[in-house]
Amino acid sequence: MTTTLQRPRKAPPASPGPHDRRRRARWWLPYALLAPAVLMELLIHLVPMLTGIWMSFTQLTKFFISSWTEAPFVGLKNYRVALDVHGAVGSSLLRSFGITCAYTMLVVVISWVLGMAAAVVLQRPFRGRSGVRTLFLVPYAVPMYAGVITWNFMLQRDTGVINHLLVDDLGIGSGKPFWLIGSRAFTSIVIVAIWRLWPFAFLMLMAGLQSVPSDVYEASAMDGAHAFRQWRSITLPMLRPVNVVLVLVMSLWVFNDFNTPYVLFGTAQPAAGDLISFHIYNASFLTWNFGAGSAMSVLLLLFLLLVTGVYLTVVNRRSQRA
Amino acid sequence: MRVRTAFALVAVPALLLATSACSGKSGSASGSGTAGGSDVTLTYWASNQGTSLDNDKEVLTPVLDAFTQQTGIKVKLEVIGWHDLQTRIQTAVTSGQGPDVVNIGNTWAVSLQATKAFLPLDASAMKTIGGSDKFVKTALDTGGAAGTDPTSVPLYGLAYGMYYNKAMFAAAGLQPPTTWEDMVADAKKLTDPSKGQYGMALAAGSYTENNHFAFIDAAQNGADLFDSSGKPTFTSDGVVNGIVRYLDLMQTDKVVNPSNAQYDNGTKAVADFATGKVAMILNQNNADATIKKNGMTSDKYGVVAFPAPKDAKSQVASHVAGINISVFKNTKHKDQALQFLKYMTSADVQGQLDKPFSALPVLKDAKAVFTDNAQEAATFTDIYNKRAKPLPLVPAEDQYESTVGKAMNAMFASIATGGTVSAADVKAALQTAQDQVAASVG
Repeated sequence: MTTTLQRPRKAPPASPGPHDRRRRARWWLPYALLAPAVLMELLIHLVPMLTGIWMSFTQLTKFFISSWTEAPFVGLKNYRVALDVHGAVGSSLLRSFGITCAYTMLVVVISWVLGMAAAVVLQRPFRGRSGVRTLFLVPYAVPMYAGVITWNFMLQRDTGVINHLLVDDLGIGSGKPFWLIGSRAFTSIVIVAIWRLWPFAFLMLMAGLQSVPSDVYEASAMDGAHAFRQWRSITLPMLRPVNVVLVLVMSLWVFNDFNTPYVLFGTAQPAAGDLISFHIYNASFLTWNFGAGSAMSVLLLLFLLLVTGVYLTVVNRRSQRA
Repeated sequence: MRVRTAFALVAVPALLLATSACSGKSGSASGSGTAGGSDVTLTYWASNQGTSLDNDKEVLTPVLDAFTQQTGIKVKLEVIGWHDLQTRIQTAVTSGQGPDVVNIGNTWAVSLQATKAFLPLDASAMKTIGGSDKFVKTALDTGGAAGTDPTSVPLYGLAYGMYYNKAMFAAAGLQPPTTWEDMVADAKKLTDPSKGQYGMALAAGSYTENNHFAFIDAAQNGADLFDSSGKPTFTSDGVVNGIVRYLDLMQTDKVVNPSNAQYDNGTKAVADFATGKVAMILNQNNADATIKKNGMTSDKYGVVAFPAPKDAKSQVASHVAGINISVFKNTKHKDQALQFLKYMTSADVQGQLDKPFSALPVLKDAKAVFTDNAQEAATFTDIYNKRAKPLPLVPAEDQYESTVGKAMNAMFASIATGGTVSAADVKAALQTAQDQVAASVG
């Protein structure tokens, strides 16, 4: 690792000039400027994180919550319960984990495809392009709660506009299906999450495309490359740095998504939409069992760290080979 | 490259913590000024009892002003919706920064008592607020675990009843049911899905409503949810069969619209009743306000006790529902807070608040004033005083509510979407719920 902050290398003159002395006298300045940020980072991120890790080794239930430093230390018990896939707690956590993995894959992949398609289509100028761009960004601009609660209304069985359109107007299927309970709840939440996320992919990829010089496309067109070939051989490699970060950030967001299930399902969340952060919330806040909730959070953190580490290692190794 | 990986390894936990370590502080430090002075201000968190938070404020403000005039103690009122109340109390307990006085759902009383954050009302404190004799005994029983000093006292009483639409019953030539079997038979006659009409509406997607009926139906079967040592006994036959009986209203009797599986609060079922879509609902007496708001006057409906099966072991028709009032232990104004409790539970104030909040009297010998329908008042008073049983008075009660209630949500969802739920399925789900409760009790 190299440090970016280096003191200026000493020049060997016999007597240091006034300029040099002043510089040496202010060696502390960069540290002083950094200190508030470091301090806040410690306070806001590290201290709560360490507290959370400490909590995961205690039996912090309602019996100790008002004097939580006195919660008994139980070692790895919370972890054993969370990881015991034959027990009630562990098996439901595992199930929730599986649902969340599937949810993340679907939402990230489909959002990325939609975002990429829209960004490429809108790269060429045409009349009303900026209007369409703005329109595409609307889901991202709408306040989260307002957007998702509207979906909740639309997905109601008897009064929702989705069933009205599908069943009453288009005559698809017999009888109105439920969208927010039962197994279809998974489809619903995936659709809502994609609706919320894809404009972000679109925005990032659109920005990335601006930096691809147009003469590359012109040159390849001279060589007879078709649109798809251009996309595969020029656009995709040129957007690689954007994609590496984009996919990582989207995956982490989606995996940790709490707001979408919380607003879409309310207190009546179906088993098929039992995403992991919501699951942990239920396991700790509803039952006042914060030790167990922290243990699950730490496990989640370790898992995501592992995935991120592997992802970055693989991606970086490939870019070194290239 | 390695720098970037290292950076990511630091940045990712930071990102994650944004979601996992958030526990916002809320609640204001209580009081201003020193105890004993006339400029004491109590902070009071009231629960939502009226038709809206604003309505609560309108009703309570003159009552609190009168208290200030009498005693010189000011009260800072905040009305909190039910959805947020538990979280707010949880935060207050954890941080030690709460109000002086707070309303709680009485079924949480023992769970909250276990946190040791609330003031135990010992004999002398009880005397200060007017003596324990003034309360209805079953209501006061909800205030804390048996054999302990309660940490809350009853404020508003509620009980379940079965509301029926008089006109619909008369048109079908039916009498209000007195047994479960009659209720189901009547409901079948009043169900016509082709017209969108059903015998009953249930808040089948509400875990709070669902767990109440699991308890009441189990109690009718003579089954308990916890044994004497506080261990859950959810999988006993009485509990399983009680839940099956309730589920079957939708599953085999088909007198409930499957859409009810999405009703995540009681008001939706009440609205169906008030607008004539269903002939019966099971609701607490505070449904009155919503019924009226939907345009049904109190002479159009009758109320009977929630019927038990013919061979029932017990005629329990409700749990002892309602709202209790509690004092936070770390209040700086204990004496003033107790004075406030005395005032709120006085006959005078109770008489003023019971009507707008559709509440039953929690004081012995007080008359129900929440409705002008005399039959309704008499029925609910009888249910509350004679046929109501408190939900289990154990610290894990709140976990029973969430685990079993949510399991029942899932069962109703499965029935509504075309699946079947057998007694064995119910038992398996209750076993899971029981394991979850046992795991967190430790």
